[in-house]
Amino acid sequence: MILIDCPYCGPRNSTEFRHAGEAGRKREVTTNDPAVWRRYLYQQDNPLGWVRENWFHTTGCRQFLCAERNTQTNEIRWVAPAGSPGPDGASNNGGAR
Amino acid sequence: MSHAESVPSNKVTAGTQARRRRSRGPARYSALDIFRRGVTNSDWPRSFRQHDLAKSYDVVIIGAGVHGLACAYYLAAHHGITNVAVLDKSYMGGGGSGRNTAIIRSNYLTPEGVRFYDRSVVLYQNLAADLNYNVMFSQRGHLTLAHTDASLRTMNWRAEVNKLQGINSSVIDAAEVGRIVKYLDVSDRPRYPILGALYHPPGGIIRHDAVNWGYARAADHLGVQIHQQTEVLGIETAGGKVTGVRTNRGAISASIVVNCTAGWATTISDMVGVKMPLITHPLQAAVTEPVKVFLPSVIVSGSLHVYVSQTDRGELVFGASVDPYPSYSMRGSLEFTESVASHILELIPSIGSLKVLRQWAGLCDMTPDYSPIMGVTPVAGFLVDVGWGTYGFKAGPVSGEAMAALVATGRVPEIISAFDLARFADGRLVGEKGAASVGH
Repeated sequence: MILIDCPYCGPRNSTEFRHAGEAGRKREVTTNDPAVWRRYLYQQDNPLGWVRENWFHTTGCRQFLCAERNTQTNEIRWVAPAGSPGPDGASNNGGAR
Repeated sequence: MSHAESVPSNKVTAGTQARRRRSRGPARYSALDIFRRGVTNSDWPRSFRQHDLAKSYDVVIIGAGVHGLACAYYLAAHHGITNVAVLDKSYMGGGGSGRNTAIIRSNYLTPEGVRFYDRSVVLYQNLAADLNYNVMFSQRGHLTLAHTDASLRTMNWRAEVNKLQGINSSVIDAAEVGRIVKYLDVSDRPRYPILGALYHPPGGIIRHDAVNWGYARAADHLGVQIHQQTEVLGIETAGGKVTGVRTNRGAISASIVVNCTAGWATTISDMVGVKMPLITHPLQAAVTEPVKVFLPSVIVSGSLHVYVSQTDRGELVFGASVDPYPSYSMRGSLEFTESVASHILELIPSIGSLKVLRQWAGLCDMTPDYSPIMGVTPVAGFLVDVGWGTYGFKAGPVSGEAMAALVATGRVPEIISAFDLARFADGRLVGEKGAASVGH
């Protein structure tokens, strides 16, 4: 079980949420090259350790959230509304799908 | 099921080496031998030895699971390549190979997939004799239940693809399902009544630890070195070619490195800068206390996200779909047990008082098309046998055979040519989701 501290609803079990992929992924809209499109579709980082990702609160506020989670331990150290700049100031826009 | 195993800790000493030289090949396991050793009270020889790490090998295989061990065995047995090291950061067969639910079948959705997995079934049928090791392969039949018209349509599709490839596979109705499995509720009572099933008589279960140990023993006897507790920390390259690996026990030079890891495949491939379209998800399983054998075949329900089989010892082994987020954590969750229990009681109401004995998780590298990634990469000498999602164990023998042929000949065998890494950039996906997502 993972506890996600939703900024709107408070701490909730991860079963209330849908995992919505890596944060900050952007489509390359200036090209119609199939190889670029396929790389966007299929290729994601799969890091062992800290990752920034989006969650959708399906059975709660139905808002997208951005979180930092450790994929080895499932510890979550930061949650904010989707699109918020990260604790390091990096942009997470373009992520929510 | 995962069983605790003892890791041999002795080094090969001069004395044991001398004894091995005197012995005429590996001790064969036989009923006569059990009797002889019982009478003379003599010890069994170790199944495989422990060695010091050499400075150089012809081939380094990363991951001592069924894929790595099978690859090493077939390299030695079919191609005479014995200067091979199989490295594992933990103990042999302790990853996916010891955590899967040991279901073997070949009723897949694509012709490429069906041919490939069926070769594995054939190899599994002969494995006990080939390895002189009882792997307890029980071809008890495999039922994939359909609860909706859509899934019945997919079953018919799979049955026709299967038949075209010469596989024993057909769609049967609910009454026939009820005749094969007496305790299954085939009435209209459940929320999702059983409409029919894809029936695959050659499917079954196996003892996965025995497969790992059998391959390890046979490979060891042919000269392959298995190194447990040996973690690969980096892979050395020069001019786009692999030159060796760095481990926690020292550096090894090798011109061919095969990535046979599951779960951690991206962390290994990232070491040489080969990006893999993989996402690691945990897959959980559970086992009940043993009861009298009543379940004659493997039962899978995609709609209810559950599958179950009964081991020869009487325990019911359950599995489900992967956890719905990427993770390398192998912790179980209460949600899994609750969901599996509620779904299995829809199918078999009479097991309501059975207790769950234990649950565990393994890691699955999911590919976008639910088919594996096998073959060459942009880095010369770095070969991959990864992306095994939830279907790695059943493909162990055929993968080992094909990867060994690739290493030995430098040519990609036809049977795995559809599973190359380049297919994702080229848009040639081998879509197996309809046959591989929950169905094992």
